[in-house]
Amino acid sequence: MNVPFYVPPEQLMKDRAEYARKGIARGKSIAAMEYADGMLLVAENPSGTLHKIGEIYDRIAFAGVGKYSEFETLRVAGIRHADLKGYSYARSDVTAKSLANAYCHALGQIFTQEVKPYEVGIMVAEVGDTPETTLLFKITYDGTLTAEDDVAAIGGQEEALTAHLREHYRPGAPLAEAIGWAVAAFEAANSRTFQATEWEAAVVDRTLGRRAFRRLSAQEMARG
Amino acid sequence: MIPDTTSGLPWDAVVPAGSFTALLRSHGLEPRWSLPSEGSVLDAPEGTTVLAFRYADGVLMAGDRRATAGNVIAHRSLQKVFPADNLSAVAISGTAGIAIELIRLFQTELEHYEKLEGSRLSLEGKANHLAAMVRAQLPMAFQGLLVVPLFCGFDEKAGRGRLYSYDVVGGRYEETDYTATGSGGPYAKAHLRGAFREGLSEDEALQLAVDALVAAAEEDSATGGPDLQRGIYPNVVVISTQGYQEVPEDRVAAAARRAMGELR
Repeated sequence: MNVPFYVPPEQLMKDRAEYARKGIARGKSIAAMEYADGMLLVAENPSGTLHKIGEIYDRIAFAGVGKYSEFETLRVAGIRHADLKGYSYARSDVTAKSLANAYCHALGQIFTQEVKPYEVGIMVAEVGDTPETTLLFKITYDGTLTAEDDVAAIGGQEEALTAHLREHYRPGAPLAEAIGWAVAAFEAANSRTFQATEWEAAVVDRTLGRRAFRRLSAQEMARG
Repeated sequence: MIPDTTSGLPWDAVVPAGSFTALLRSHGLEPRWSLPSEGSVLDAPEGTTVLAFRYADGVLMAGDRRATAGNVIAHRSLQKVFPADNLSAVAISGTAGIAIELIRLFQTELEHYEKLEGSRLSLEGKANHLAAMVRAQLPMAFQGLLVVPLFCGFDEKAGRGRLYSYDVVGGRYEETDYTATGSGGPYAKAHLRGAFREGLSEDEALQLAVDALVAAAEEDSATGGPDLQRGIYPNVVVISTQGYQEVPEDRVAAAARRAMGELR
């Protein structure tokens, strides 16, 4: 009779976490910060077609780092969750909080029960009518959900980016200024300068009407 | 049964990105009106005139506001012209309740596709999809619950406005200049046939649309003319390179007063 090796749960979780963290650290990062009219998301992403940032619903945006196929699956599941809910009830019933909970539930399940954890970090941003009701959630590979105040980052350079942004953040800054912080934070973390075409950036902006999500062009990034 | 969409993510559904209707079906949420095989015909609110035609900058779409159930006026201020997405509009005729639900599903479907794929469906793709949705309603049409939409939009590739009419079996017909449907549709069409010309300005197009609706309301009891007393005016929208825009009510009101004035 085969006796399975005993692996203590602490060890199992540690191994899985290390595996996921290594995968995420290899990829590029995304920073999010609040500005006067909403939330700005900036990713280092030279591909113009494979997006890391996307629209989920009227006022909700998604950002994912790590393994493309995995955060893309999460993005699609998020859009389905939101559209189903909005169609079954009303558009105003779709909230970032419920979506973030669904994500943390799903990632937590995958982390403990699947053969391999997802090597992803994701953020969900929702712009409200006022800066006070604007929300930013961060969900890690193991399903840990945190509500962030005004700046956050995911990916390998999470800590360096967050530290830089916290230092420079001031409430109520215009979009151009926020773009400036994001660019400076990435340049400081990577010790190099970036071309405008190397960015993928988008906003959820309360002045844009029902669908608040908008991608920023390379020109806008260069001007900022 | 309403599945719990508040917790847990809908992974299970069709991969890769299927249509929103397929997703609804997999959750048992697809809108259905199951009828007995020899069901009697209901007096569901219906009756309409909606029309669309090309003008200099794109397309214009307009509709009256009345819903009737038999001889009864069910609603005086029903909206029959809706945005499908940023670059297209859809108008309904037939059984109001079913048509409005169909439009809501169509709007969600287009947005769902756009978000998943990162690009919009082509105008023809949208028109074809709407045709399939109308076709799926065919069994109900035999019970007298008809839905016949009109669809128009600005074709980004072709750089011009295009319009489509439908029939009850889901036939989709691209129209070159103008079209109208609903119980008052033939009268509106007759008016458009006489007055349509190439390169109408937006103001001229607005006046023509309101004139045609007034002409239809004169002949068809199920079409409501502008109600100057209550301040109920037709819905008029334009779609151009600027996208979908509703014509402000005060401009429609002015056009309606001119159209009604000419009747006297």
